[in-house]
Amino acid sequence: MTLQSTAPPVGARPPATLTMAAALNAAIQDSMRDDPTVVLFGEDVGPLGGVFRVTDGLYAEFGETRVSDSPLAESGIVGTAIGMAIYGLRPVVEMQFDAFSYPAFEQIVSHLAKMRNRTRGRISLPIVIRIPYAGDIGGVEHHSDSSEAYWCATPGLTVVSPSNPADAYSMLREAIASDDPVIFMEPKSRYWMKEQLRLPVQTAPMNTAVVLREGTDVTLIAYGPTVKTALATAELAMKEGLSIEVIDLRSLSPFDDETVGASLRKTSRAAVVHEAAQFGGYGAEVAARLTERNFFHLAAPILRITGFDIPYPSPKLEEYFLPTPDRILAALGSWEWS
Amino acid sequence: MPHDCVMSLNVESPVVSTASAPQPLRLIDDTGHAVTDDAGGFTLPDPGTLLGLYRQMVVARRFDVQVTALTRQGRLATYPSALGQEACEIAAVAALDPGDWLFPTYRDSIALLTRGVKPEHILASFRGEWHSGYDQYEHRIAPQATPLATQALHAVGLATASKLKRDSTVALALLGDGATSEGDAHEAFNFAAVWQAPVVFVVQNNQFAISVPLDKQMHCRTIADKAIGYGMPGFYVDGNDVAAMYAVTSAAVDRARTGGGPTLVEGLTYRMEAHTNSDDPSRYRTAGDVDVWRRRDPIERLETYLVSIGALSDRERAGIRDEAEDLAAATRDCMTLPVEVDPLELFDHVYATPRPALAEQRAFLAAELAEHAALAAQPSVSRPSVSTPSGAHA
Repeated sequence: MTLQSTAPPVGARPPATLTMAAALNAAIQDSMRDDPTVVLFGEDVGPLGGVFRVTDGLYAEFGETRVSDSPLAESGIVGTAIGMAIYGLRPVVEMQFDAFSYPAFEQIVSHLAKMRNRTRGRISLPIVIRIPYAGDIGGVEHHSDSSEAYWCATPGLTVVSPSNPADAYSMLREAIASDDPVIFMEPKSRYWMKEQLRLPVQTAPMNTAVVLREGTDVTLIAYGPTVKTALATAELAMKEGLSIEVIDLRSLSPFDDETVGASLRKTSRAAVVHEAAQFGGYGAEVAARLTERNFFHLAAPILRITGFDIPYPSPKLEEYFLPTPDRILAALGSWEWS
Repeated sequence: MPHDCVMSLNVESPVVSTASAPQPLRLIDDTGHAVTDDAGGFTLPDPGTLLGLYRQMVVARRFDVQVTALTRQGRLATYPSALGQEACEIAAVAALDPGDWLFPTYRDSIALLTRGVKPEHILASFRGEWHSGYDQYEHRIAPQATPLATQALHAVGLATASKLKRDSTVALALLGDGATSEGDAHEAFNFAAVWQAPVVFVVQNNQFAISVPLDKQMHCRTIADKAIGYGMPGFYVDGNDVAAMYAVTSAAVDRARTGGGPTLVEGLTYRMEAHTNSDDPSRYRTAGDVDVWRRRDPIERLETYLVSIGALSDRERAGIRDEAEDLAAATRDCMTLPVEVDPLELFDHVYATPRPALAEQRAFLAAELAEHAALAAQPSVSRPSVSTPSGAHA
């Protein structure tokens, strides 16, 4: 066993059509080739390649030393990753599904998030926790939670969520290279979304939001799985003569006040879309901080179009739960338009 | 609730858990005599080693007693004492090489002291300063863990990293008996065994989790027995016999270092003091209970033995006592120094990557502090209430 990488140096790859899952896979692969201290472990991430195949082929390339199946215990996965990071490794670990990350809550909140602060910066924990999250895949119960608000409420964590293959690659590479612990939320309904890419690709910095589509009437703020919904909404709205600017937040913590605020001051109206329940959800923070900072630019209250305040429903009922373009347009129509 | 449901909680246990607990492994008995029976192949450490352990225990106890006294005087916010547990604490530290890592809990301040951390740095957090007042990498000691058993997983992770890097570093985690009920203890034991991590778990069974006695914590004979279920060796040791604790823990550390995997060492001891200064042990145990364990004192028993073999002279004993008193005086002195904290440092270590929002909040607090300082410099002016505009610090 050795941590010395024997793989060839990372070079440009030929253009290829990649799914988000494949882009994530390439990001881990390239990070591991570049940096021999990057290790990967979790449930089923070894020979199987993960239940979503995001780690496919990595066990074969890097071997048992750097890619390993762990016992089935999420607190153990995060807790041991913390110990490894103290000793100079950069662990990338997987929580198999959103709701299965909860056993690791204490390790994440009490140790991962606080270690750097409680040691006055002496111990940094460069750990990435990948969490496939959210619904719209017909998953049975406990397989479709949107748990981002828990992590965003915890100082010390960086929380990001890509919405497309290019960002998935670029942001995961940046997350692995970061000295801060990163909760990397992967929208599992977008794992099979395809894009023509020439890797390695570098998109906007991980901690920034981007304007995906310019518009003049409304700022529609989305992240992860709802970005596609927001873009579809903008397309529909255009036919009705409404110009929607779509922002992909990408980074939930930190929040890019500058990019989002500038858009809002331009359009004077904003709505935020997410799958998670509304009460105490991430959209509440978005609406509150945008209102506090931009109140006199607002023509209408900031709206939240979200999941209902109920547990995530069963597969046959999830279509009634998820925000749709129609529901978003109806909400925007509830404003007074003068 | 139906009657039989209640009864189901009281069914007779299977054979294993009702069998009487075995005798703990010991090398020097309660009365200070070397044990002549077979002690599982472990042999008494040489007199020089024992004398060194004796010195460290005496010094550690003096420190512990001094800090408890300072806490009663209000100099510290709290202090969880390890009085009576010196054999476990000192043996664990003595078993490690300087390059090994220690993962302590809030009760293990004397282990830090024995590893060379200065009193003022150990006590920083108990005085309301930064949580971890020492340099973790300099001492190879993780921050003292408060959430129970969580540090055991960190130890397993560090040990595994050492193994992956082909280093010889061993990790040792200190845990208490109550912590073994936590899920993280189970996960740590299991991960360590599956990964054959070079880690040693030293469980100080001081028989109380604040007020709750061990028989309400578990239903098996010993904590060491649990090791069987994970496929690792477990040793049930007299935790007030530093000779036995040192012999067993050293063997476990050597075993880990040479690729033998993890070991669980249970030291049977007793928490002589209250849980912390805010605890009232008279509500859950009697003075008589404590007296029984006072007669099993780990320091007195070793002292009796060392004197009986001529390894501890009156002069040496006086020298050790002087060293302990010097440390106590130094500890008192450092407690008279003011706790110096910088409120603005609150923002400086949360993230490695700077955040605009934290910079704004830092500037907000800095402005507030400056305003207060300006007002304090003008005592004749009555101080207006400081308003916090909504969002100004968001």
